[in-house]
Amino acid sequence: MKAQGKVFKYADNVDTDVIIPARYLNSSDPRELAAHCMEDIDKDFVNKVNKGDIIVARKNFGCGSSREHAPIAIKESGISCVIAETFARIFYRNAINIGLPIMECAEASKAINAGDEVSVDFDEGIITDITTGQTFKGQAFPEFMQKIVKAEGLVNYIKNR
Amino acid sequence: MGMTMTQKILAKHAGLESVSAGQLIEADLDLVLGNDITSPVAIKEMAKMDVKGVFDKDKIALVPDHFVPNKDIKSAEHCKCVREFALKNNITNYFEVGKMGIEHALLPEQGLTVAGDVIIGADSHTCTYGALGAFSTGVGSTDMAAGMATGKAWFKVPSAIKFNIIGKPSKYVSGKDVILHIIGKIGVDGALYRSMEFTGEGIRNLTMDDRFTIANMAIEAGAKNGIFPVDELTESYLKEHSKRPYTVYSADEDAVYDEVYTIDLSELKPTVAFPHLPENTRTFDEIKEEIKIDQVVIGSCTNGRIDDLRIAAEILKGNKVANGMRLIVIPATQSIYLQAMEEGLIRTFIEAGGIVSTPTCGPCLGGYMGVLAEGERCVSTTNRNFVGRMGHISSEIYLASPAVAAASAIKGFLASPCDLKKS
Repeated sequence: MKAQGKVFKYADNVDTDVIIPARYLNSSDPRELAAHCMEDIDKDFVNKVNKGDIIVARKNFGCGSSREHAPIAIKESGISCVIAETFARIFYRNAINIGLPIMECAEASKAINAGDEVSVDFDEGIITDITTGQTFKGQAFPEFMQKIVKAEGLVNYIKNR
Repeated sequence: MGMTMTQKILAKHAGLESVSAGQLIEADLDLVLGNDITSPVAIKEMAKMDVKGVFDKDKIALVPDHFVPNKDIKSAEHCKCVREFALKNNITNYFEVGKMGIEHALLPEQGLTVAGDVIIGADSHTCTYGALGAFSTGVGSTDMAAGMATGKAWFKVPSAIKFNIIGKPSKYVSGKDVILHIIGKIGVDGALYRSMEFTGEGIRNLTMDDRFTIANMAIEAGAKNGIFPVDELTESYLKEHSKRPYTVYSADEDAVYDEVYTIDLSELKPTVAFPHLPENTRTFDEIKEEIKIDQVVIGSCTNGRIDDLRIAAEILKGNKVANGMRLIVIPATQSIYLQAMEEGLIRTFIEAGGIVSTPTCGPCLGGYMGVLAEGERCVSTTNRNFVGRMGHISSEIYLASPAVAAASAIKGFLASPCDLKKS
């Protein structure tokens, strides 16, 4: 499994309220949620994002509320992977459960710049910054979580077992 | 190697003799919770799982509380979806308007959460029940769906940070000040993926409501759960509220902790988290400027309990809110509302110039019932002060205890209850 795209870069503690503000949580339609993704931290995100693009952030990405609407909005907006130094734990679970690829990598999270073209090889755990030529080794999922990700989420995992 | 309190509860529910940090386990669930925002997504996901129905109609709690009473048509549709699911699956613990309350105040009050339980809830503040000696943690809607279908959830066994609580808090220091102090110390990711285990002789000086507030905000330090030992106070609470049997677990003497902090309650002062993170804490001696406040909210799963309303009313009694101040008081459950009415607290709030609302999470997450305009400032007893959390992205939230909130409502600026009597 691979991903490649242009990077949107954010700082520490990107919370689920800025990823998808609660004023839009009266809907659970992925398309409606994606239309407001990152609205309170980056108004231009929805206009600039293209299918395959990658979010790179620093520490504690997705902190705050348990709303699965946050990874759903990110996935539906076309983002192929989120790379961060660390993820808040509920966001981490939710991303795996809905099949949004994420990767923890402190070095990549520091070094990669906004606008860089980046590719991610999930099987090898390798992140490549094509713009700068740097490569990084990300944290691979434990085997149990890989099974959920490979089933494209917890729903299929439960259905298939 | 010894186990922490959390690890012992998880081991038992996974059918294992022992577990250690980092181990992946599948645990049996005693309760699965959802609200009107997270349940509709879970219901949709569960429908895709090809299961006959829920694993146990008595072990699921559905509490529409966020945008309830319905704030608009879309919210009404969500609530309808939850209501129909509850009816179809014969869910015992579905709480309609009139019986409901803010989920994390309601479930302990109804006796649905007891010591020794493993509980998941599709709401991040599900960690509240750790106050009763349960393992409880927030999850997303898909986990909730899987929990409702199978009665199980997977967990990575957490390591823990120990907080040794000593001393006795002074008059205006409450559970809110304790947890804000701790988050200020360790940061919003200070306990990421880990348990916060509270212990020590000082715990006997914390009321049950203080403990609920502290465990409630464990998530604000990134923790998987916060947990308190079970003492006489816990047991009398459990006996008063629940008919369910409970199990008392305690950490092994040789349990291993990543870090140990000592918190002396007698040294704590009223504490405020400044915008836009709960870790930006200051005590009043560190606040030099006068910060004008437009709105005060007293309520939420963090601070909408009877202790909270009592201290706020004590401060507000005989006073009026400042000119232009909007004071919004929200008892967290119907029973707390009634109790406050019987004690005359509601009269005090209204006579002071505040409003009192039926239970709802509304303003805490910028839903309704107190949304902030551009540049407005709010002192709130809620749990998050992120950018835009309660309204416009340029509005500001100052998180504080009900005592600080009440004092600020009277003064019209961020104020300590300790300074109120002097002026």
